[in-house]
Amino acid sequence: MKELSLNVLDIAENSVRAGAKHIDVAVAEDTAADTLTISVSDDGCGMDEALLKSVRDPFTTTRTTRRVGLGIPLLQEAAQATGGDLSIESAPGRGTRLKAVFGRSHIDRMPLGDIASTIATLIQCNDDREWTYRYSIDGRSFSLDTRELREMLGGDVALSTPDVVNWVRKYIAQNTKELNGGNSV
Amino acid sequence: MISIEELKAIREKMQPTLGLRDDTKQTRIVVGMATCGIAAGARPVLQALTEEVAKRQLKDVMVTQTGCIGLCRLEPIVEVYMGDEKTTYVKMTAEKAKQIVASHIVNHQVVTEYTIGANE
Repeated sequence: MKELSLNVLDIAENSVRAGAKHIDVAVAEDTAADTLTISVSDDGCGMDEALLKSVRDPFTTTRTTRRVGLGIPLLQEAAQATGGDLSIESAPGRGTRLKAVFGRSHIDRMPLGDIASTIATLIQCNDDREWTYRYSIDGRSFSLDTRELREMLGGDVALSTPDVVNWVRKYIAQNTKELNGGNSV
Repeated sequence: MISIEELKAIREKMQPTLGLRDDTKQTRIVVGMATCGIAAGARPVLQALTEEVAKRQLKDVMVTQTGCIGLCRLEPIVEVYMGDEKTTYVKMTAEKAKQIVASHIVNHQVVTEYTIGANE
């Protein structure tokens, strides 16, 4: 993975597979603490203790086509390489909260990259779920909620409509730029 | 500044076509978006397909994702379902994806050189 936003695209899919109805993605920059935090929380089926313990192991996967799963190990490695770490809280029936903390200015921190495309893609491909996305930097933030988008669109225009997907991408890109002064994250 | 109100305009633009959807004629463009596909560059491919479909105002064309189909070395993979035909394109890029929309989706001409048959 060349950018962290691609890891987000990858691991958010785990929440979809967990049957989540609502998935929340957040990116928070804190320049004073020098951290960049990515969190993905869902109300899906959750994991029992045994799965939770083994989920960082590349040889753990829920898919049946092959016996390796690299999503979480790749993200954990990316976080640890910057002096950060990955934490996961989960219990059966209680959803999952994943948090990856990165050393923001660490030389090995990959750029966040095109997070706008990631969120647009997640909504496009999983428009039967509700998504919230929040970006914040030093306490200032903006957010997007698919329930509000649905309200604007009325009942009959799907979130996966190409025009809507393009709007979501532009909306996030522009608001992110507005907040961080156009600096690449 | 872009505003959420713009969605209302999209809604109004879509309105005349909403009742006319015919699912049996729908074309599906599916992009492999598992870890392997994403790492190989599937996101810009999906984005290019979506932009091209929007730009050309194509009706009854759906762009969506699938998981890993077990051919990771050929990712990004795009499958086109049109009528009873399924075409599998491999090693896609954003540029090739745009060509597929123009040639295959609009003009019904399969881009043979990008298909799995021409690459295996």
